[in-house]
Amino acid sequence: MCTRSVESKCAALLAALAVLGMADSAGAQGYPAKFDFGVPASAEDISKVAIAIRPDGEGLPAGKGDYATGKKVYETSCTACHGEDLQGVAGLPNMPSGQALRLIGGRGTLATKNPVMTVESYWPYATTLFDYVRRAMPFQAPGSLTADEVYSVSAYILAEANVVDKTTVLDAHSLPRVQMPNREGFIPDPRPELFK
Amino acid sequence: MHSHDPERPTTKARAIEKALGLIGEPITEAQAKDIAALEDCDCKDGMFALAATRRQLFAGPGLVAAVGMSAMLAGRADAKAPPGAVEYPVQADPTKEQGRMMGEDGGYGSRSQFETEVRWANPAKSAAFSPLQNSYGTITPSGLHYERHHGGIPNIDPLKHRLVIHGLVDRPIKYSLADLKRFPTLSRTYFMECSGATGSEIMKAREPNVQRTHGLVSTSEWTGVPLSTLLKQAGLKPDAAWVLAEGADAAVMTRSVPIDKCLSDALIVFAQNGEAIRPEQGYPMRLFLPGWEGNISIKWLRRLEVSDKPYYTREETSKYTDLITKTGKSRIFTFTMEAKSVITFPSGEMKLPGAGFYEITGLAWSGRGKIARVEVSTDDGKSWSLASLQDPVLAISQTRFRFPWIWDGGPAVIQSRATDETGYLQPTHQQLIAERGPLETGSLFYHMNAIQSWSIAADGSVKNVHPLG
Repeated sequence: MCTRSVESKCAALLAALAVLGMADSAGAQGYPAKFDFGVPASAEDISKVAIAIRPDGEGLPAGKGDYATGKKVYETSCTACHGEDLQGVAGLPNMPSGQALRLIGGRGTLATKNPVMTVESYWPYATTLFDYVRRAMPFQAPGSLTADEVYSVSAYILAEANVVDKTTVLDAHSLPRVQMPNREGFIPDPRPELFK
Repeated sequence: MHSHDPERPTTKARAIEKALGLIGEPITEAQAKDIAALEDCDCKDGMFALAATRRQLFAGPGLVAAVGMSAMLAGRADAKAPPGAVEYPVQADPTKEQGRMMGEDGGYGSRSQFETEVRWANPAKSAAFSPLQNSYGTITPSGLHYERHHGGIPNIDPLKHRLVIHGLVDRPIKYSLADLKRFPTLSRTYFMECSGATGSEIMKAREPNVQRTHGLVSTSEWTGVPLSTLLKQAGLKPDAAWVLAEGADAAVMTRSVPIDKCLSDALIVFAQNGEAIRPEQGYPMRLFLPGWEGNISIKWLRRLEVSDKPYYTREETSKYTDLITKTGKSRIFTFTMEAKSVITFPSGEMKLPGAGFYEITGLAWSGRGKIARVEVSTDDGKSWSLASLQDPVLAISQTRFRFPWIWDGGPAVIQSRATDETGYLQPTHQQLIAERGPLETGSLFYHMNAIQSWSIAADGSVKNVHPLG
């Protein structure tokens, strides 16, 4: 733009623009610290999607469920994949292995070459069971169970796993207090490993 | 020897028909013989039956046979094209008539109808693997990027999709895709790898080829908005320590992400390789956490909830935790994908036509930064030599390596091992097993980055082999 022959004129012009504060506005303006895109999320916007539950029970809905009700929910919605005995159904098309669908058993196997990882033997928090069943199960109709149904089927699975007894009623108060067998089974990531 | 087998051409013909998804009358015996001459190796039946690629040239007499195949296909304008291609008539002599008009493709191009590389979906249909054996350079075509879904691929109207940011923030906000695109953006070329990649290979060589052993890794140029920009808009409260990311798929996939990662290189991505991200990659927007296991880069992102604690979701407790069978304890929040490499040519199910020069090539990557060096061994790990690295070597991206090799025609085992810029050297199977404990074949072993071995037999056939036999 500023050729040698008009260099001095150009320089003078740029200096004048700078004085007027126009040089910047003609080029880069920099990035603002704030942007006014997006709209405030209302309480309703948030409650429609905020379904996650923490181990301390934050997020658990009202409602309750027991073993007997849960057995009915299980038989209606869960047996096709997880089996009547909660051991997982093998050979289903386009589904994980039977072992991966197994819900109970496997205690004492984690330190072996054939670990059996189930809700009973592996999952550290009962709240995770509730959260996952409510958001993603049953497979053919995810998110279709009511809060009472999810509490109930959780009570059924945990009782079949001998984690709670069959008289246990699960609700927002009792569910986070369920002590899972593998609660202390997790350690922070030590990697990178120092290989010998 | 196979070409003397009278059954062979028809078997081959059926495999070719299957591979191409041809409709109409079966190809003729003569046409099948062309192919039989081209590929005379049992090990390439099925998924590798007909790929018009370098591998195929190596499998038979070479270009002459390849031309024969083109001529065979010339008469088949009615045939259905392979996925991603459109079937056009093949011209007898393209120098003697005009080619097809621009715009006949509707304005969006497709690959050649002679190219047949596709993703391979596992029997459970939960993961699809990239065809690394015929990858070139470092970018994975978007249509061949590996996939892993937990509830299928949702079909989302981008005009209706919203990303809600809430929790421990001063100003909960929701963004449309249009809002997101107005922010300052970044483009970065990053690999993504599933933490389960290669896991089934820990105790035994199980899968026949590099697509199925290593195909849960891919590289794209991703464009999006730094997550830090969005979190600053919302205003983080002082006790913000984790962010729960949630998808809008049937699994409503959730993972907890440490705030430090969110404020460093995390992106909310809406574009891949210069166009909108593919539905199977999270359209219209996904989280992208460079160098971390793929599962945590939540696709179809609909919600970010800032929290003081992690949520211990199903995908970060019952899955994606690393059970150490030595102790029975499991590593949790194992995010980083460590340095790894694999030779993609020659690799499992290929067949070298004879002794002589081959350029060994493959890919190396590390979630901790740049690849510093790749070494190749052609004598089962007894000696190692430096491979050349294709410039530019990018951090947290795949690097193509090459190594010239004169094969003497005798049995050989070829391997590669990568070192990243932190000095971390890709381990052996034995080292990983000693550190984490053994598993019976079939169990899952996350973060499996052991050195891969391919054996080459005297007849040139290449096989997946394991150091423990």
